[in-house]
Amino acid sequence: MKTNNIAFAFFCALVTAIMAFPLLGLKMVSEGTGMIIQGATASTWIYIASACMMVFLVQLFKTSLNSGVEQFKVQLSRLPTPSLPADQHVRLEKWALILIIGLALAWPFMTSRSSIDLATLVLIYVMLGLGLNIVVGLAGLLDLGYVAFYAVGAYSYALLNNYYGLSFWICLPIAGLLAATFGFLLGFPVLRLRGDYLAIVTLGFGEIIRIFLNNLTTLTGGPNGIPGIPKPTLPMIQTDPEFALISLDFSRSSREEGVVPFHTFFGLDYNPETKVVFLYLLALAMCLAIIFVIRRLIRMPVGRAWEALREDEIACRSLGLNRTAIKLSAFTLGASFAGFAGCFFAARQSFISPESFTFIESAIILAIVVLGGMGSQLGVILAAIVMIVLPELAREFQEYRMLMFGLLIVLIMIWRPQGLLPMQRPHLAIKEAEHA
Amino acid sequence: MLEVRDLGMRFGGLQAVDGVSLDVNEGEIVSIIGPNGAGKTTVFNCISGFYTPTGGSVKFKGDFVHTFPDYRISRLGMVRTFQHVRLFSRMTAIENLLVAQHRHANTNLFAGLFATPSYRRKEQLALDRASYWLKKVDLLNHANREAGTLSYGQQRRLEIARCMVTEPSILMLDEPAAGLNPRETRDLDELITAIKHSYNVSVLLIEHDIGLVMGISDRIYVVNQGRPLASGSPEEIRQNPAVIKAYLGEG
Ligand SMILES: Nc1ncnc2c1ncn2[C@@H]1O[C@H](COP(=O)(O)OP(=O)(O)O)[C@@H](O)[C@H]1O
Ligand SMILES: [Mg+2]
Repeated sequence: MKTNNIAFAFFCALVTAIMAFPLLGLKMVSEGTGMIIQGATASTWIYIASACMMVFLVQLFKTSLNSGVEQFKVQLSRLPTPSLPADQHVRLEKWALILIIGLALAWPFMTSRSSIDLATLVLIYVMLGLGLNIVVGLAGLLDLGYVAFYAVGAYSYALLNNYYGLSFWICLPIAGLLAATFGFLLGFPVLRLRGDYLAIVTLGFGEIIRIFLNNLTTLTGGPNGIPGIPKPTLPMIQTDPEFALISLDFSRSSREEGVVPFHTFFGLDYNPETKVVFLYLLALAMCLAIIFVIRRLIRMPVGRAWEALREDEIACRSLGLNRTAIKLSAFTLGASFAGFAGCFFAARQSFISPESFTFIESAIILAIVVLGGMGSQLGVILAAIVMIVLPELAREFQEYRMLMFGLLIVLIMIWRPQGLLPMQRPHLAIKEAEHA
Repeated sequence: MLEVRDLGMRFGGLQAVDGVSLDVNEGEIVSIIGPNGAGKTTVFNCISGFYTPTGGSVKFKGDFVHTFPDYRISRLGMVRTFQHVRLFSRMTAIENLLVAQHRHANTNLFAGLFATPSYRRKEQLALDRASYWLKKVDLLNHANREAGTLSYGQQRRLEIARCMVTEPSILMLDEPAAGLNPRETRDLDELITAIKHSYNVSVLLIEHDIGLVMGISDRIYVVNQGRPLASGSPEEIRQNPAVIKAYLGEG
């Protein structure tokens, strides 16, 4: 048994050496027109040797390592997980939400320009998380291409502004509508798919949209992106020389017809920060609107039907629920929220390119939903803060970001597989009915 | 009301149902019995539209429904339970009953978001009907519990209540007494009888509990290896030599 172990560990180390030697130990160097093969530096050899040693040791002590990991998992899952009676929990969630909103309102007046900007990004991810939560958390449809709708939203603002000079305010509803249309269109081919198959098709859809934007150079500028996207302006009614609808923008001076700088209108000193604060407050208002809408949706027939579909599709059919309509409504509504988020993203960045809409974005949004606790709004908000702010704080460890990210998710999933704050069922007050 | 003629269902090489015919009239309790694997559940699946039968016809309230999608059939007033309970287990008991009333609900998004009076009236109506049926099946105290945490017998009753809130004209029950203790079986017997008498709903029943079947059925169909073996009143079935032979012969 023991010798067997050593032999196997040795074999593994040997395989490592055989694999590593040609890949790392030899280098091709071009010399004139030809190539010559060169040995690697001494330090690379030391790395390879230590890698082999490590494989050897890990294989040798595999059983005890495994039990150590098991022990760790058990310990981790034993960490206290707060749980409260349902009614208390509902009250707590309400207060937490109020506290967060209060803090969010005070935020721009307490911090620096860069943290306001970061907070706007967090709000955008909250919108995305809440939207994806409808599709994944409530309706149970695993969508890995959610970023596509985000891209549609961002590009609709950027393109409409670029070509037709439409303002943020006109583009915001259009972005939502266009993204919703795309959600509806994607919904059709995937109606019959579930689980893994659905995930793969939606993943492909996300990539198609990105590659499309990348290659449609004449329209979208391809990889060069679209620069110079303006920040939103504030519509205002002017009474002074004559009665008119004007927009206030946040630049130092304005040459455009019907656009007046905010600070001149109100007779203030010019402050470059106002622009950022205004976008932040708009994003906050949008988030609050979305939170309100979803809170209603959960208690509405549509929301219940989404959840029923997640729980048991066959039972739904047997009760006369039309799954086509239900799935499409989840896809459409979820996508529209991503469209709004995309519009805000374009305004925040002033520049967008397909690079902002890669698969990793979908993965981050999905992680927000899963970490937060499927179906839970407060959970999604907290998870969005964690997922966006933590990497910013750990900027020095740039290269290790994805590693830490993965580790965090693994640990949380062992500790709380149901997410940070799993959804609480609404409690319905019942008065006894005498007849139906 | 329901006329099934010469129903056939073939899965690849297996003829699971072959030439089954049955009728259910208004206010009747009709049972299908037969050994395991006889094709009873398959008959249910064909009638309720989960399978498209490979032969024969199903006529319900004057329409040939065997080509209809399942959700349309249940909207016509034919709903079923499942041999293995299928609840929305992470939703509360009362939510299960509200989902079942989905097609009566006001699903207009804006009516719901702004809680218009007509929307609220309909929601209250649905809530009232749900609590009425929760009380009928003795689950009112568990209204806000997740369905998955209820006991097996409670889950069975909730599934029947979930069918009843859709106000069906035929209720199809697939082995509702399986796994119930004698007291729960007696309650179920009373519930089914009440459904027939007080709500004038017909019941099509698959059941192995012969005592229950003989006691409440108006008519019984016996199926064996996918083929109809006999049909008639409980008394006729009890004395039918072919049935006795099939049941005794198979132990
Ligand atoms: N979807 C299916 N595909 C293939 N064979 C099936 C399917 N459904 C049922 N069967 C077969 O049909 C026969 C009848 O099954 P079933 O209707 O469940 O019997 P019962 O409900 O009377 O116990 C069985 O042999 C079963 O294996
Ligand atoms: Mg069966």
